[in-house]
Amino acid sequence: MERISNVAELEALRESLHAAHDPERPVVRVCLGPGCLALGANKVSRAFQAAIKGKGIKASVQPLIKETGCHGFCSQGTLVNVDPFDLFYVQVKPEDAEEIVENTLLKGQAVERLLYGENGTRYRSSSEVPFYQMQQKIVLRNAGVIDPLKIEDALMAGAYASLAKALTTMTPEKIIDVIEASGLRGRGGGGFATGRKWRIAAANVRKNPGSIYVVGNGDEGDPGAFMDRTLMEGDPHAVLEGMIIGAYALGSDQGYIYVRMEYPLAIKHLSIAIMQARALGLLGQNILGTGLNFDIQINRGAGAFVCGEETALIASLEGRVGEPIPRPPYPAEKGLRGRPTIINNVETWANVPCIIEKGAEWYAGLGVPHSTGTKVFSLVGKVKNSGLIEVPMGITLQQIVEGIGGGVPGQDRFKAVQTGGPSGGCIPYELKDTPVDYDSLRKVGSIMGSGGMIVMDQRDCVVDVARYFLGFLEEESCGKCLPCRLGLKAMLEYLDHFAKGQGSPQDIDDFHSLARAIMVGSLCALGGTAPNPVLTTVKYFKDEYLSHVVEHKCPGGVCRDLITYSIDPEICNGCTVCVRICPQECISGDKKKPHTIDINACIRCGQCMDVCPVDAVMVA
Amino acid sequence: MSESFGNIEAILDRFPPQPEHLISALQDVQAKFNYISPAAMRAVCDHLGVPISRGWAVATFYKSFSLVPRGVHDIRVCLGTACHLKGGARLVEGLERELDVPREHTTKDMRFTLETVRCLGTCAMAPVVMIDEEYLAEANIRSLKRELKKI
Repeated sequence: MERISNVAELEALRESLHAAHDPERPVVRVCLGPGCLALGANKVSRAFQAAIKGKGIKASVQPLIKETGCHGFCSQGTLVNVDPFDLFYVQVKPEDAEEIVENTLLKGQAVERLLYGENGTRYRSSSEVPFYQMQQKIVLRNAGVIDPLKIEDALMAGAYASLAKALTTMTPEKIIDVIEASGLRGRGGGGFATGRKWRIAAANVRKNPGSIYVVGNGDEGDPGAFMDRTLMEGDPHAVLEGMIIGAYALGSDQGYIYVRMEYPLAIKHLSIAIMQARALGLLGQNILGTGLNFDIQINRGAGAFVCGEETALIASLEGRVGEPIPRPPYPAEKGLRGRPTIINNVETWANVPCIIEKGAEWYAGLGVPHSTGTKVFSLVGKVKNSGLIEVPMGITLQQIVEGIGGGVPGQDRFKAVQTGGPSGGCIPYELKDTPVDYDSLRKVGSIMGSGGMIVMDQRDCVVDVARYFLGFLEEESCGKCLPCRLGLKAMLEYLDHFAKGQGSPQDIDDFHSLARAIMVGSLCALGGTAPNPVLTTVKYFKDEYLSHVVEHKCPGGVCRDLITYSIDPEICNGCTVCVRICPQECISGDKKKPHTIDINACIRCGQCMDVCPVDAVMVA
Repeated sequence: MSESFGNIEAILDRFPPQPEHLISALQDVQAKFNYISPAAMRAVCDHLGVPISRGWAVATFYKSFSLVPRGVHDIRVCLGTACHLKGGARLVEGLERELDVPREHTTKDMRFTLETVRCLGTCAMAPVVMIDEEYLAEANIRSLKRELKKI
């Protein structure tokens, strides 16, 4: 494709792409999102290619196989959508490709057994499936639909139209006004008003003329979260377009996207998208003939959670150890190379083109006052329908976990929902009606965070979860300030004791006050929010802490020193799998006879429970 | 792979001699040689004009850098929150026993490096283990043993 030198050429290119597209041509969309990929989606895609080749379909109707980003419903992967029939197939295996080609592509019939079914109903289209019905996709509008490696596909879905609109019909000042009026807040967790941040940076550049940088934060370090990964992999152009609009509004000529190195595919997809955008003249010199010069470079993270914090991220971009510095000055005043720098999460950037396209009023009408728009969450853990969802702000926890997620498998209610990653908290079932917005989550002691939502059930232990997060943060603390470096270590020691059934009720109170001190005394948000998982679990589940310390029992059956394993003879079918897997060789029993565990030799490693095909291994 | 001076030069040629390229340059060295040797560190720091102490500070601060040679195959057990709840910790323990190597270490025959990672972003398929480029969804020690046999 040739370089585009103005908006008219961009629209002409878009039109020619649409004109060349035959709406009757069958399209098979295979989801290659993180979940489906782990289930072998690339084999499914290859099986479709082979099956189509095998059928010798005429060239004029040759079906198109599209490898897309994440479609969301990970627990049903591999997902396959077939157009123009609007059929949604779930749990597709490579061996199903032949049948789909034969029946759907050649005869136009649905393969009933691969349609999604729930409570006796079979759904043909994904839009009818309850999991999708309560969602509203704005940021993820193209993820799962377009081929992220083809800019043509993105253009046909409307990419860069907002950029054209912004560059030709709006002044930089007007763009900042619109973003501010939309109420958009930072999607990385902090929730700072995006428009206000931009305005501050713009004012700083006027005061102190020179460079200004824009940065996309894709250092999604929260464990249990894959929103940014999915966005960068599934629709990289949405992030680029948002950043170019931001560059125009702020007068920047250089941008950076900081991606964590655990996401090689995100780095690959963004790199290809940047190359394609450059080739078309959407990045580089004189973008769309408007005189705007702007380019984007990708920086790979090197494995440090703290680099999600903006001052640490800047240090890392400058090739230094990722230690945060006290704010103010904020990066909007003094950031990369000492110049004003705007760092927004990649999800925040992806919202920008939508707001420019449809207007601030439209966006402000979504969600609730003070938390406008939608938010992407990774709904995972002990929930039936796990995957990636996008919902309007203000929806309740219960609507998400039970309505979209289908609740906890085999149990009638969830125990808690953990939001906000290691900086967030555990919200108990009793607060299930809490609306999911920045302010309501803060009120109950958690935070919105970047969007990880981990559902816990009765088999999970809150002491163990608090210990998990504390262990994570203690390891990731950069070590610069004392409250975080030593305080987290001390807290972890308390939790190690509790998990062994040691300590006293007084310790739980001391532990609580130590947590508050770390919160107040730490330099950056890592330490400042680190006690959240602890404070919320002590607040909502103090009984469970007391069970550990006083009764030496772990109600969830997790803490190793307080549990015993046994095999239910009624359920055990005598398959000997556990006998063979036990590293202590302390499970005995013959084939087809109930097995037993010698609890004196058992080291409670739990392998038998993980491999038992009939769930006969019990914990008490 | 031999770590000749020429190979390092080829990597360094890609970076202008400015300190801000330290992390990127070390990442490329790591990718090429699978660890960072003292000689490689000296070459990188000399080229970029940074004190060698800063080079070591960066290489020891960020988890992705290895200062010792790594195994032929990488086994990465995810310990993200969802994987933790679904037994990721039990998987690491099982693998430590199976391979007779502590986590974050390499087997004596240099075949496997056993690593834990805080979230691979594949949370819906927890617990997840990555062997080289392949994801293993909803893993248990039995399926892992089967996978390892194939290598």
